[in-house]
Amino acid sequence: MLYNEPSPLETRVVSKRFGLPNSASLDTFLATGGFEAFHKAREMKPEQIIEEVKVSALRGRGGAGFPTGLKWSFVPRNSPKPKYIIVNADESEPGTCKDRLLMEYDPHQLIEGILIAALAVDSHAGYIYIRGEYRYLIELMDRAIAEAYAKGYLGQNIAGTGWDFDLYTHSGAGAYECGEETALLDSIEGKRGIPRMKPPFPAVAGAWGCPTLLNNVETFSAVPAIIRDGGKAFADLGTPKNGGTRLVCISGHVNKPGVYELPLGYPMMKAINEVAGGIPHGRKLKAVVPGGSSCPLLRAEECDIAMDYDTLAKAGSMLGSGGMVVMDETTDMVRVALRIMRFYAHESCGWCIPCREGTAWLRKILSRMVEGNGRREDVALLGELSKNMLGRTFCALGDAAAMPTMSIVEKFAEDFEKYLVPEAVLV
Amino acid sequence: MPELVRLTIDGKAVEAEKGTLLIEAARQAGIEIPSFCYYEGLTLQAACRMCLVEVEKTPKLQVGCTLPVAEGMVVRTDSAVVKEARKGTREFLLTNHPLDCPVCDKGGECELQDMVFRYGAAESRFTERKLHVDEKQWSPVVYFDAPRCILCYRCVRICNEGMGVGALGVSDRGVISEIIPNHYDHLECDECGACIDICPVGALTSGIYRYQTRPWEMNHVGTICTHCADGCRTTLGVRNEKIIRGNNRDRSGINGEFLCIKGRYAFDFAGHPDRLQSPMIRQTGGFEPVSWSKALEVIAGRFQNVKARGGKFGIIGSNHTTNEENFFLAKLARQGLGTQNVDHHRTGDLATFFDALSGRKEALATTGDLYTAKAVLVVGSDLAQQHPLLSYQVRANFRHHNAHIYTVTIGPVREDHQSAGAVRVERGGEVAGAWSLREKLKAETSLVIVFGDAIQGDGLRKLVAFGDSLGIPVKYVCLVDYSNSRGAFDMGVIPRNGGMSREQMLAAADLDVLWVIGANPLKNAALASEDAFVVVQDLFMTETARRADVLLPAASAYEKSGTVTNVCGEVQKLKAAIKVMGAKTDLEIFGLIAKEMGLNLGIWLPDRVFEEIRKSVHGYNVPLPVVATGGAAPTAPLNGHVAMLPGAIQSACDTLFTSGSLSRYSNILNSVMEAPGAVYAGEKRAGGQ
Repeated sequence: MLYNEPSPLETRVVSKRFGLPNSASLDTFLATGGFEAFHKAREMKPEQIIEEVKVSALRGRGGAGFPTGLKWSFVPRNSPKPKYIIVNADESEPGTCKDRLLMEYDPHQLIEGILIAALAVDSHAGYIYIRGEYRYLIELMDRAIAEAYAKGYLGQNIAGTGWDFDLYTHSGAGAYECGEETALLDSIEGKRGIPRMKPPFPAVAGAWGCPTLLNNVETFSAVPAIIRDGGKAFADLGTPKNGGTRLVCISGHVNKPGVYELPLGYPMMKAINEVAGGIPHGRKLKAVVPGGSSCPLLRAEECDIAMDYDTLAKAGSMLGSGGMVVMDETTDMVRVALRIMRFYAHESCGWCIPCREGTAWLRKILSRMVEGNGRREDVALLGELSKNMLGRTFCALGDAAAMPTMSIVEKFAEDFEKYLVPEAVLV
Repeated sequence: MPELVRLTIDGKAVEAEKGTLLIEAARQAGIEIPSFCYYEGLTLQAACRMCLVEVEKTPKLQVGCTLPVAEGMVVRTDSAVVKEARKGTREFLLTNHPLDCPVCDKGGECELQDMVFRYGAAESRFTERKLHVDEKQWSPVVYFDAPRCILCYRCVRICNEGMGVGALGVSDRGVISEIIPNHYDHLECDECGACIDICPVGALTSGIYRYQTRPWEMNHVGTICTHCADGCRTTLGVRNEKIIRGNNRDRSGINGEFLCIKGRYAFDFAGHPDRLQSPMIRQTGGFEPVSWSKALEVIAGRFQNVKARGGKFGIIGSNHTTNEENFFLAKLARQGLGTQNVDHHRTGDLATFFDALSGRKEALATTGDLYTAKAVLVVGSDLAQQHPLLSYQVRANFRHHNAHIYTVTIGPVREDHQSAGAVRVERGGEVAGAWSLREKLKAETSLVIVFGDAIQGDGLRKLVAFGDSLGIPVKYVCLVDYSNSRGAFDMGVIPRNGGMSREQMLAAADLDVLWVIGANPLKNAALASEDAFVVVQDLFMTETARRADVLLPAASAYEKSGTVTNVCGEVQKLKAAIKVMGAKTDLEIFGLIAKEMGLNLGIWLPDRVFEEIRKSVHGYNVPLPVVATGGAAPTAPLNGHVAMLPGAIQSACDTLFTSGSLSRYSNILNSVMEAPGAVYAGEKRAGGQ
């Protein structure tokens, strides 16, 4: 079953096999140019591989957008400790549903990307951390891995090239925080999913204290194309310093919700109106969550913008994880704020005071308002409490909870009016 | 020379060693950076976010407790931004924290109270419903009130890292995170109470101290715990002549904040209703209470009688009495009564120990050495049970300095977890077990060997020879039990010059007098001489007391001044915390008996006797200011050979919850459900107290 109708406006690089019959099978993969990149990378020096990734201007597709080539260069290849590749498949950012498609429809592309990364940092073992809710995907991924082993594309002497690599899946257990890279590492080690202090960074001391390369599913999936066609070709698809394409998950009030692969820098309004078919019933756009609920929301007027990391950052928001949620004029932004805060309060790991207590408090205020007992000072209080969380927490979850809330309070203040109890009149 | 780093904190020029954490550097400069989760000696967390400070050239506030100082750093801890951050974090903390101050034990000593008073945010804007969970009791010692908990995780860390037990953990996540005990609804652990004392708020409270008083109503007396030989300082909280609590939060003493359940809570034997409170003389039909003068008259009369006709005395001294008492008793016995038959329950072969190490410098380890040595070898002892402070020092050495720990024991011990070499032996095979570790030990740069009573006599000499063969500096600790066994030995409560040992006294059918002070030899042994005149000084009606002809009520260590010597030979001062009606200190009893007998053995005030000890007892010429101000002065009695003594050496084989007769009268020790210490406790043999 196909995920959604592809759009002719897409530029399909990582999703090019989506829709092919048996797209997930190794035969289909090999017949459509699969593993060419690995063979090519096997002939390259590790520094060259990393340089190619740097030239591609690929940036982390999980949400933070850190330059991938630079991250790879941090791993001390010559360390006597084993180096690990860890794939962050804990896709939990609200609005995001792309990694699941990559694993379901093109698992071998992901494996190839992992293997190329392994060549770059001298790694011989890797783990794919899949969120526990993706139970069916873990089975699919295991099947693909077993197929690869059976046909000599994993394990010893991969495809006859003399390289050894073992790959395993690991199941998460229902915590959004385990998508944070250091919490993920703790979780893989069998501990509670609490983030770690940085420094040391995972590249130097990650899984079991060893140098670790940790990236998102989509990031690894883009690597074969970069090696096969060259970093520059990939970079040129996007904008300067924001190379390539990305999978954008468009949901909400649109006629054709779905996952679409668009080049970095694609105009947002075009994505909404043409790729996703526009807003139904002719309603007007009110707000957009640009890249997952952790981003500040955009007012309709702010949506005439190119979708890449730097442009959105300059506009005070983020490209994030690509989870775009479109909201029309009927949307009650206070309820949106509550829905978002319920998520963060539930997912807060509880380690640090501002996030643990702050998200719970904000949720309580918003619940009280939606129930009809809001006071005028609550609106400002929401903003101030969010500000007290911003930049003060142990990891980015605190910021992720604070930023959308602050944006809603600042940009959609009028939506709060109807929830405020009229001031008591003293008779 | 350590490398120094220069930085500026609040405009003040500060110098600190490279690698120092900013929070410590600030503290050294007299600037307090508030924190909850940061705790010296435990792993860093950066969880509470109270210590955020401004550092020039960095956009975000920095965590003071994990940031090492850097050259040229400019730090502000008092700027508006920092103040606002602290206020915000405190406000967050107080959202779910209940306003329990009026009913919370911690009131007056609470770090959260202190911080709110110091930095503000007493008024909260929180008007929602607070999370509530009911208070729980996890054991007779530990109560937990989850709403008060600020999730600083100090308790989890001190139990896991400090104590090596790991009985506390965290369940759930987010705002419903909760500290949980290892058996879900109750704790099975050492019951040491470290978690309670380290808790900055009143989330963890003790079952012994709850609801009894406010901290400012107590008088705090720092004295030495009377249970095992480690010599921990325990600061007793006293109110209305009753000891209400013990802890060592002021970190005075060799133990820092460490205490086990005995040091923290087992002071309650002192107030037990069965305490002897009047001298008693045996009549047909039972004991009759008499006045002190009558009792002393009877004793002195009989002693003079026996002395005059050259009769046989047998004196069994205590492992708990002070050095002054032991010294005076030894003098009274030898000079006053003319007898050499003086002994006590010897729990370690100190005679062979001092003889084997005679003439050496630097051969005795202090408790501090166990923390700083590069390697420690534990032979034949379950330190966590029998010497919890030594166990704590060894574990901290491993954690902080990566010291190499080696164990040679008859069963699993806690130190096995940190062991670089754990050897299991049968009893008697300990020395051979040590030899099997020779290659590893030779590679160490310094070593402390700690050994239990399985190593005695010839075996002890062999162990010292083994230590010598390693070619590295080695120090030794000869483990003994009870609070002042070392003192009893050093002061001469031992059968020198052909005197009878304890066993020999009990077996002598012609014994005329058996004088037992603070000991219970008749618990597991019989007195052969049926006509012996038995005088007993004790706290309780023990098995030996029941056989007494004259029974005198004595004071416990918490009721007297004096000094005691711990297992490592460190002398420390006792301070009387309470008085119990009717009881007299053993020193006073000795003095009064001497006086009654017309003997002049000198003034029996503890300070004066200690002066005499310093002058005349080998190795005890310790600096008086150190001892007088509450410090621990190492003794070094290692000159001149020591004659071997008759009689058996047997460890008390105590556990965390037993300490000879005393523990029988401790309510709290008898309330706990754990029964640990199987490895060596099962070895309890006849002759123990």
